[in-house]
Amino acid sequence: MAPVLEIQDLHVSYQSREGALYPALTGISLGLMPGEIMGVLGESGSGKSTLAGSLVRLLPANGNITRGAVHFEGKDLLRAKPRELQQIRGARISLIFQEPSLALHPTMRAGEQVRQVLTAHGSPGRSALNDRVHEILALLFFEEADRISRSYPHQLSGGQRQRVLIAQAIACGPSVVIADEPTASLDSATQMEILSVFRTLREKLGLAMIFITHNPALLSGFADRVLVLYAGQIAECGPAEAVLASRRHPYTKALFQSIPEVSEKRGNSRKSKLPVILGDSARSSLPARGCPFEPRCPEKMDICREREPATVDLSPSHTVCCFKYESESV
Amino acid sequence: MKPLLKVESLVKHYVRRSLVGAREELLALDGVSFTILPGTTFAVVGESGSGKSTLAACLACLEFPTSGDIWFEGINIAKGGENVRRQVHPQIQLIFQDPASSLNPRWSVLDILIEPLILQRKFSHKEMNLRASSLLERVGLSPRMAARLPAELSGGQRQRLAIARALALEPKLLILDEALSALDCSVQAQIANLLMDLQSSLGMTYLFITHDLAMAAHLADEIAVMNRGRIVEQGPAEAILKQPEHDITRQLLAAVPKFTRAAPSAPER
Repeated sequence: MAPVLEIQDLHVSYQSREGALYPALTGISLGLMPGEIMGVLGESGSGKSTLAGSLVRLLPANGNITRGAVHFEGKDLLRAKPRELQQIRGARISLIFQEPSLALHPTMRAGEQVRQVLTAHGSPGRSALNDRVHEILALLFFEEADRISRSYPHQLSGGQRQRVLIAQAIACGPSVVIADEPTASLDSATQMEILSVFRTLREKLGLAMIFITHNPALLSGFADRVLVLYAGQIAECGPAEAVLASRRHPYTKALFQSIPEVSEKRGNSRKSKLPVILGDSARSSLPARGCPFEPRCPEKMDICREREPATVDLSPSHTVCCFKYESESV
Repeated sequence: MKPLLKVESLVKHYVRRSLVGAREELLALDGVSFTILPGTTFAVVGESGSGKSTLAACLACLEFPTSGDIWFEGINIAKGGENVRRQVHPQIQLIFQDPASSLNPRWSVLDILIEPLILQRKFSHKEMNLRASSLLERVGLSPRMAARLPAELSGGQRQRLAIARALALEPKLLILDEALSALDCSVQAQIANLLMDLQSSLGMTYLFITHDLAMAAHLADEIAVMNRGRIVEQGPAEAILKQPEHDITRQLLAAVPKFTRAAPSAPER
């Protein structure tokens, strides 16, 4: 099966006011299969949001895509004309952002906001448009659709607002949805509710999804594949069960250990220190050469300081970028 | 042991008036009672809208409760006047969710730290600078960062700074209103460890408000579960996890994503 979206060797950097270039992504390659949920995991500053933005060329003014290609429906999005991009964004590839209260117009009813997405990408007749808006909202709100359609954003809960954003995102029947921390501002019960909405939509509409998060706990039982980003590079990528159950990269391992576990027989682990990853991933604390995770890595070796590790294929679908696994390459 | 904080049947109404003059009453807190012992962590867990943050605001003297009592070391701050509040206020400090929006972006780290000390009018300039650098060290920041602006700090460093500022007045109670929720999970763990360190070295008492039951269970001695302005279940952290009695608690537990923390020792191949 051919991937619906293919990223090849993507390099993005930001330019500071003084003119210096700071790399944010260095050589990302990956293919998103139709109907696949790809979880992208990383700390702030790892390049997650830059990845989301660069796929549809919505980067801040000082962001430059310096190399690479993004193939989607026979086009290279990085070389597409602005007009072509406009037709793709929101229609074929749509984005969902973190803060639903900021992404919605405060004085416009929810139904109208969904309708505007449809009119922006072609104008069927008015009654066909109304039917379509109702159909989309019904998919997310069931019998409540009419009431929600007439409501203003401030009359909706955080979870409902996020579902209105999802309605906008799927209105034109896209094949790819990019969601950048869509659940970060929601409480944990609502988070799970939104995840199950995404799963249902994937089954009903066959959407492929790039789901960006900093919370590894959200991905288990949700994502099909997991990509771990560190300092703009892919640290580990593979099927969700493989990456989440037997984490290989020291960074992936450390990320999971830093979350407190809820279990009944935890007795003595309570109030104990949580294992942390020392240091930070700020650009200034990255080493000039060698593996970018080396200064914080609990399993570092001498070689890690000398050169960058190559990507190792643990299995045809599971890759890890670490010297520890060089001998396990298939 | 005498409780540090004792809250008795606390009620807070908000009244909303619409343009046409219709009055709508919102019961944010509906008879909340609990006590916190010194040196312990009391977690309040609940979904958004359950009244957690209203509770924090009432305890930190930022809102006036409609009725009920808040006893802090034997002083009733719910009934006391401005004088009482001014006396108690420095001893109860609040830390918010988003450090980026609770720190003045144009002030340096040093300015932010000495602001509460200036307001106390008790310290000389030199004393204040000394205290600022010892506060920075206490929360794991380098005193060399004193000249930086909040924008030049990472999310975790900013939250450390917010904690340092809260500690400046040597409070007895720290109210942490979703203080970890906006941070990356690796940074969450660092800040959680810092809070536990400060508790054992300074004997701090925490009121930890969160929707993350897993973190609450890790840090707290006692957990109260809130729903619609009421505490629906309360007890030692172990008991709440092992035998959740109330449906809301079970729902919150079910919403904690399940995974194992330690990676299995034997690799798959």
